[in-house]
Amino acid sequence: MWSFFHKLGSPPWLYRISGSILRWLLPLAVLGLVVGVLWGLLYTAPDFRQGNSYRIMYIHVPAAVVALAGYYVMAIAGAINLIWRMKIADVAMLAAAPVGAALTFVALVTGAIWGKPTWGTWWVWDARITSMLILLFLYLGVIALYEAYDNKTAASRACAVLALVGTVNIPIIYKSVDWWYSLHQPASIKFTGGSTIDPSMLYPLLLCIVSFYALFTCALLANMRVAILDRERRTGWVQRLVEEGG
Amino acid sequence: MHPQRRQRLWVVLSIVLFSSAAVGLAAYALRGNINLFYPPVEVAAGAAPVGTPIRVGGMIVDGSVQRAADSLEVRFAVTDYQATVDVVYEGILPDLFAEGEGIVASGRLSPEGVLVAEEVLAKHDENYMPPEVADALQQSADAGALP
Repeated sequence: MWSFFHKLGSPPWLYRISGSILRWLLPLAVLGLVVGVLWGLLYTAPDFRQGNSYRIMYIHVPAAVVALAGYYVMAIAGAINLIWRMKIADVAMLAAAPVGAALTFVALVTGAIWGKPTWGTWWVWDARITSMLILLFLYLGVIALYEAYDNKTAASRACAVLALVGTVNIPIIYKSVDWWYSLHQPASIKFTGGSTIDPSMLYPLLLCIVSFYALFTCALLANMRVAILDRERRTGWVQRLVEEGG
Repeated sequence: MHPQRRQRLWVVLSIVLFSSAAVGLAAYALRGNINLFYPPVEVAAGAAPVGTPIRVGGMIVDGSVQRAADSLEVRFAVTDYQATVDVVYEGILPDLFAEGEGIVASGRLSPEGVLVAEEVLAKHDENYMPPEVADALQQSADAGALP
């Protein structure tokens, strides 16, 4: 276990292994997403009350779920960097921020587009939507804080502290629809017990969620590879890589 | 574990714990204000202010919707199955507005306890199913209600 941990801390090893992971995971993620979205859009019945507008959930729900999961990736990587001073953890934290921000933005925009025909309004300041907006600001805050420092070691530590403080928002987003009266409906899929979505609509949704996780992993690894090359550009292994044309 | 790393681990854990406690206390202090709307039982109990903008949310009582013949005015009652509040609204209603469904109305309470709404939003629930499944459920519910 510890040898794996030490390997994970080695940039050349991670660069090589992430390259081979991306080669098969990225096509798989894109294929899963295309199949899931087409299945959801074309081969499921309309909802008994919302008609066709519910189909936006095949993008909205996966984006929101992975935006929350991505924050944990960022915060845990930040904690590892603070405690063990692992450079790769720092790279992972900064790579997760823009991806998470993009997913949060997608969830907010698709939610607004769905809210207009369903609720009758684009935006309402209820607990779920407001806490999701705070999540977007936390992601953008980490990016902005990192850029604000000249000393990148200090920048990383400040970002890690901000990411850790922000973790309190994640359970709030998740439970907001249960703790307070909100316009957003409670969760349809629960860890305990079943779902209140008809199985014919649920399977494409689950496929989309898994594909979004895979896509997030690909974007995270791709961002990390670029950052690793940038940071290690003066080392022998990167220069050999360039000479080989890889 | 290296003593220095152990110390940093404690720092990280206390950052998370203390920030959670701070936010938890703030949310506890604001608990009433984070709710988007008042349920009818709180309006009936006098917890909602009269004459200032508020939101009231609940289910529309079956058979309570009355539409005016010559205008867009609609009167209906919302309930949380403990109390009901009468709502009067003039304007276009969302597509999902129907008897027995959830809504959130924003407006001002009149001294008589009627909510004069400026906006009515439909509240969707967490159930998604094709129309045939909804029909089948309705039929089995009707059959179960018969002796």
